Parts: sequence; structure tokens; C-alpha cells
Amino acid sequence: MLAGLLSGVLFGIGLAVSGMTDPSVVTGFLDVAGAWNPALAFVMAGALAVTAVGYRLVFRRAAPLWAPAFQLPTARTIDLPLVGGAALFGIGWGLAGYCPGPALASLSGGWTGTLVFLATLLVGLWLAKRLR
Amino acid sequence: MPFWYLPLAGGVVIGLGAVALMALSGRIAGISGILAGTLPPAKIPWSDWRFAFLAGLVLGPLPAGLMLGHGVIAPPAASLPVMALAGLLVGIGTGLGSGCTSGHGVCGLARLSPRSAVATAVFMAGAAAVVFVVRHG
Repeated sequence: MLAGLLSGVLFGIGLAVSGMTDPSVVTGFLDVAGAWNPALAFVMAGALAVTAVGYRLVFRRAAPLWAPAFQLPTARTIDLPLVGGAALFGIGWGLAGYCPGPALASLSGGWTGTLVFLATLLVGLWLAKRLR
Repeated sequence: MPFWYLPLAGGVVIGLGAVALMALSGRIAGISGILAGTLPPAKIPWSDWRFAFLAGLVLGPLPAGLMLGHGVIAPPAASLPVMALAGLLVGIGTGLGSGCTSGHGVCGLARLSPRSAVATAVFMAGAAAVVFVVRHG
């Protein structure tokens, strides 16, 4: 539980500091044909570099510090749910400027649009769970 | 301060969050997957690590705003019907596609997962295409 809280707080701080909790910055990054704002490429680069190096160090151990085993995804095939799901996600991300993390990290703003997005996000996740 | 300084710093902190969860609990820090794990038919107690993660994610921006001395969250720009549709698409899409920007785009790419590479390319392209249509179509 402490690990979850620590990781969640770091994600919340990181998303807020990086500008991902401002949907106009996100759509500015996605607007590659217009006034492209490259800022979020640096978020991705920073997160990816730290995670890639960090994971390598972590996986030198046989098990995590506070749990019996690593729980990693086992699926290997590139199938329709993966590609179709990613396409639907991309459309929604482009429309709102929100992916799931920044939407949750913006909850304390109390905006109706954020609450509506999170409500239908949960409905969509639940529907997908039933479809699979 | 150069424009890329805070985005890079924020990205580094996000990476530390992902590494911490793997090092301590052995879990992928994928936010759509963590959210989905709290929904029925799964029955998990309030003390589950997922709820702790989500609480941290909601509260984290508050100290970030205090440290920086300015607002760090901004209101959504789209109308309520568009936000509702977008949420539904993001929910169904990340549910079927087994991940979002954090799970595929950060954790999956860091593990050199081919599935995550495909998913990230597809959702980035899809999002850029939608923004193109909305702004320039």
C-alpha cells in the first residue's frame, strides 16, 4: 500500500510539473501540422530514460523488495483488440487532451469536464472488461 | 529557464514513480490497468495498493503547485458532450488495448515490448490525426 501511494504521488507530481495536466499543452503537442509545441516530447524522453535504466537495475534482483514476484504482462501477439483499442484511445485522447493519468491528476480542480470524462472513462473500462 | 526544463523534470519524476512501483511491488505502473483493476467484477478492499496509488495521483499535484508557486492544473478545453465521448473512447480503448500512455508509452517501451511499441505508435498517430481534423479540417 505504501509503495502504491509513493508511486502515485510521484506520478501526480510528475504529470503536474511536466504540463500534462493542461489539456491545451497536450493538444499543442499533438498538433504536429500547426503550431507544434514539442514540450511533451521531453516528458516522454525523461520518463522513458529513467524507467528503462531503472527497470534494468530492478530486474537484476530475483524479486521485488516488498512482494514475492514481479508481475509482468505475458501477452505477445499483436492482435485486433490491441491495435483497435489503441486507435480508439488515441481518438479520445486527441478530442479531450486527457489520457487517464492527467485526468485523475486534475480531479482536484473540480471542473465538470474532468468529472464527466472520468465518469465515462470508468464506464468504458468496465464495458471493455465485459467485452474481453 | 528553457521551455523544456519542467517537462523533462516532470518526466524524470514520472519515471521514478514507475521504477519505484516495480522495485517495491513488482507491478507495472499503468494507470488504465490500475483503474480497471478496481472495477467489478473484481472485489478488492479499500486497503488495496491500487486505491493508494490513485489517491497519490490525485493528491500529487497539490505539493507540486506549492513547490512551483503557480497553478499546475488547467481546465479542459472541450465541451461537456465531447468530454463525455472522449472519456468513453479512452476507457473502451485502453481497456481493449491493455494500456494507456503510462502502461504502454512508458513502462512497456522501457521493457522493449513490441506490443507496447505498436500500441504507442497507433494511439499517438490517432490522437495527432484527431487534433489535425479538429484544428485544420
